[in-house]
Amino acid sequence: MRVIGKPRRRVDGRAKVLGQTQFADDLSFPRMLHCKLLRSRHPHARLRRVDVQRALAAPGVHAVLTGADFPIRYGILPVSEDEEPLCSDKVRMVGDPIAAVIARTEDEAQAALDRIEVDYELLQTIADPFDALANPEPRIHDYGDHGNVHKAVALEFGDVDAALAGADHVFEDCFFYQGNTHLPIEQHAAVALVDPQGKLCLYSSTQTPHYVHRALAKTLDMPPQKIRVVATPNGGGFGGKSDPFNHEIVVAKAAMITGRPVKICLTREEVFYCHRGRHPVLMRLKTAVRNDGSIVAMDLETLLDGGAYGSYGVASTFYTGALQTVTYKVPRYRFRGCRTFTNKPACGPKRGHGTPQPRFGQEIQLDKIAVALGRDPADLRLQQIIEPHSVTANWMRVETVGLRQCIGRVVDGSGWRDKWQKLPPGRGVGLACSAYLTGAGLPIYWNDLPQSGVQLMLDRSGLVTLFCGATEIGQGSDDVLAAIVAEVLGVDPHDIRLVTGDTDLTPVDLGSYSSRVTLMAGNAAIQAAERAKQMLMRAVSAKLGIPPERVTFAGGRVFDAEQPEQGVEFCDAVALAESETGTIGTTGSYRPPVSPAKYKGGGVGPSPAYSYSAAVVEVDVDPATGWIDVRTVWIAHDIGRALNPILARGQVEGSVYMALGEALMEEQRMRRLPERLSNAVVHKFPSMLEYKSPTTLEMPEVVTYFIEDPEANGPFGAKEVGQGPLLPVMPAVANAVFDAVGVRVDEVPITPEKILRALKANDLRSGPERFPAIDWPEPLKVPPPWEGGDGRATNEKPRKSRVAASGVRLGPEVAHK
Amino acid sequence: MMRASHFRYHVARDAADAAAALADGGPNAMLLAGGTDLVPNMKRRQQTPELLISLRCAAGLRAVTLHGETSIGACSTLSDIVRNPDLRERHPALFRAAAQVATPLIRNSATLGGNLCLDTRCNYYNQNYEWRQAIDFCMKAPEGQKESICWVAPSSPRCWAVSSSDTAPALIALGARVTLRSREGERDLALEDLYRDDGIRYLSRRPDEILTSIRIPARAARSTYWKLRRRGSFDFPVLGVAAALRFGKGGVVEEARIVLGAVASHPVVVDASSLIANRLTDDAIETFAEAASRPAKPLDNTDFHMTWRKEMTRAFLRGALRELRGDDPATLGPIAARAAQVTASLW
Repeated sequence: MRVIGKPRRRVDGRAKVLGQTQFADDLSFPRMLHCKLLRSRHPHARLRRVDVQRALAAPGVHAVLTGADFPIRYGILPVSEDEEPLCSDKVRMVGDPIAAVIARTEDEAQAALDRIEVDYELLQTIADPFDALANPEPRIHDYGDHGNVHKAVALEFGDVDAALAGADHVFEDCFFYQGNTHLPIEQHAAVALVDPQGKLCLYSSTQTPHYVHRALAKTLDMPPQKIRVVATPNGGGFGGKSDPFNHEIVVAKAAMITGRPVKICLTREEVFYCHRGRHPVLMRLKTAVRNDGSIVAMDLETLLDGGAYGSYGVASTFYTGALQTVTYKVPRYRFRGCRTFTNKPACGPKRGHGTPQPRFGQEIQLDKIAVALGRDPADLRLQQIIEPHSVTANWMRVETVGLRQCIGRVVDGSGWRDKWQKLPPGRGVGLACSAYLTGAGLPIYWNDLPQSGVQLMLDRSGLVTLFCGATEIGQGSDDVLAAIVAEVLGVDPHDIRLVTGDTDLTPVDLGSYSSRVTLMAGNAAIQAAERAKQMLMRAVSAKLGIPPERVTFAGGRVFDAEQPEQGVEFCDAVALAESETGTIGTTGSYRPPVSPAKYKGGGVGPSPAYSYSAAVVEVDVDPATGWIDVRTVWIAHDIGRALNPILARGQVEGSVYMALGEALMEEQRMRRLPERLSNAVVHKFPSMLEYKSPTTLEMPEVVTYFIEDPEANGPFGAKEVGQGPLLPVMPAVANAVFDAVGVRVDEVPITPEKILRALKANDLRSGPERFPAIDWPEPLKVPPPWEGGDGRATNEKPRKSRVAASGVRLGPEVAHK
Repeated sequence: MMRASHFRYHVARDAADAAAALADGGPNAMLLAGGTDLVPNMKRRQQTPELLISLRCAAGLRAVTLHGETSIGACSTLSDIVRNPDLRERHPALFRAAAQVATPLIRNSATLGGNLCLDTRCNYYNQNYEWRQAIDFCMKAPEGQKESICWVAPSSPRCWAVSSSDTAPALIALGARVTLRSREGERDLALEDLYRDDGIRYLSRRPDEILTSIRIPARAARSTYWKLRRRGSFDFPVLGVAAALRFGKGGVVEEARIVLGAVASHPVVVDASSLIANRLTDDAIETFAEAASRPAKPLDNTDFHMTWRKEMTRAFLRGALRELRGDDPATLGPIAARAAQVTASLW
């Protein structure tokens, strides 16, 4: 292969480093107006009156919108369409938008906000999940399971209680994973206009133009073909730009009302309010093991602080349980998860979506098990790695598994065998592993259509143009598509014109989330390119008088494999094909394989391929201050195949960076003021200065290894690399801290004050003490494959229709051919 | 984006011109030096001056002289300080403090005078206008807003915003004096007297006065500055320990000035008399660190847990004295090692 697997400059790299890439905030149009949002200053209140008359009369103001202008609600998941573009009767968090001013300048819009009068009727604040469980009233939403419980789910795969009762050892721990946010450098921005054809056009820094397109059609009650959504290159997304957002819908409406382009660019504080970041999760994990440490059964409970809206929350809840089984053999498994509404910015998907929290608990607990049973933590894991091409207790089908090699590489590379329990006091190493999906098996809304489509146009000039809905958020999706097509057609990736993330021009791709683009859009691109190749092959074989199978594509030429000098330039090959068959255009599309999980809730977790990671982290911990210095991170990732090793390495290092932030300092902390004095609950520090995220100075040496064992379901064998490598780092840091000073920090962030307090208190532990009593629903009982199950629950009521049962598509497989 | 409020702009030719403009401008006039603190604050509406008097082009405010005593023009940037080898040699505490302020980009603009006059900081105050609306503001309320309570200590009659200057404790330890100039003339005071123990009225500077120069007496003292912060760059101090010691024969301490930063609304000069005429034995250091950390009363209004910050005060006092005693830097712990690495990169 000439392109795939070679380290290359990314196709969009030059424009980015030269500052030529046009991000949403770079866009400017003639006669453009500016929008500012008036946001709630109360966490929970009814809106008695919103008077905008004085704002309308303010200088430069063209329009003022309120909730009354937006009667239709929306939300990323069909089961929780609980958001309003502007709040109409109630606000649920500080920062909820109430009114929008559209004015000639940003200054005038800002000034007019002060002239809007809002009469609030304050409601009791629900500040955290304990508040939510204790106070069913006042309800933040009038839907959900009950009270302020948004969703409570329970699944059981085999008789877990029996396994716990009969096990040699049962380990039980509580863990807490603090919430944190994505902190993309680019704040969200959007510009809407009505184009000369009368079509509404929205440019936005979104990861999911297709879902924004649907949300606009719904909330504006317009035919989708009258709307165009263009995803501008994102200055980082990390999951924080995967929901449709209120400001996008507001500027769209404002452009239609005023007939002029309308732009909004959020402040950093507003980005903290958009949030959709990591859910704070309290966990109780019980694991039953044999004397040798082999897992017999696992019992996991999770309590999620969801914030004020549904967002992806139902999926996030299931994700806190879904992937616990795909790393090690877990014969029996019970998972119960509960998401609560609270008066805070909504949580949602952040890199690793719902899985880093339980992974943190599981990997620390395995370390505790190893220490308790006198086993090396690496060996404990190696002895029970899941079999490749198997089905898990919760009916996830696993394909290739490179975890054994991952552990081997980091153990060898770090000198683990000479370090663990052998380093001087204050220095330690920790090991942890993980798994992640390469694309969610099911889309967000029920449909059995392809999840990604690619169109190719080949021009007689030799130009290849690729059209795909995939969105470049910095991860390199444009480069992956160009590389794949270039490899198949034997041309230079930099010569391919890419048109991506535009609902008018490109076939649907569901978006840049769940690590799906390389696999799904990549497979669609292969299909489209192979179809084009066939057309060229036929034409060139006729011209050269050779059988088609001898026609070879490489180096911008199409030639005879046996006599390479016999051939034509690529552009001439296109011309030959064009004269034979007419204009050259092909399509490709991709649908993931059908999952064997047929129970309700089994729709979250299936994936065409799982990636695996292992990390060893070495730390210094100062016993006098608790100060932690991460010295080195060794990380191995089972990527299937690295399509462009430079980009892949960047994803690993970026994951390690983000993971260390979560492990050591990042916190989406809220501050509840004394209740006797105020009902306020505010973000503690919605700024980039005080929300602590590591700088380059905090970044340790990172040693990256790729395990390349091509995966049949991946394009050229590739699996994901954007999210998985984040997961093992946090528990590896916690385990390293234990190895260094003997303190178990069973929560993130792992801070000096927690370590020092634990050292002084002599209990040598920092973490939650208990898990609250939750009134769990009766679990759906699904026998694992080895207990004679068929992927269905034995106690599930038949569902009338999938959509009625679960609009989120948490149901059984898709019945398509 | 966040937009600053509207203001008029006057470019002062020199200190006299600035002083005149300041006097004429009245209470709504403010001085602009580097702008790295004031301009973001204007965007968040902590300050909404109607007139900004820029000192950027004012002649004579950026000079550094080292004849006998050291004299530094208040508009010298922190990068000027950091890059000056003579200052570095003579006054290590000042160099260490200046080198650890914010980021290189900010130091290129921020001035020494500005860092000395830095507004006090607090998690309840350094937020934008809308956020502060959501908590009904606090005692340190903007002009025209009704005063609220101090959310850090709701029953307290005063504001507990934190003095967050790095250079102030360092310069106080070095015995610095400052000159304040107004239309009426100049006055000279010890730097520690510039500060008041009040989070709102934190300076004794009158609104019509300009801090024009800083003078450090020539003394053969060893000095250092230890800064505690979450990250190796960017962050304001959550604790600063500045120490200047003069040793006599046999390592006996002849003079000691030790100042804590970021533990109160003003830099806190601690009583170092117990060190005088003694050698810095481990015991002497420990006893002193224990006693001297007592005045530090961190509250829950900065980064890090307040209990830990209190503990760190003692650890930092101990570390700073050991460093001045001449201990091997490698034994001073990871925080000192990181600071040494950061500052060494600027040599």
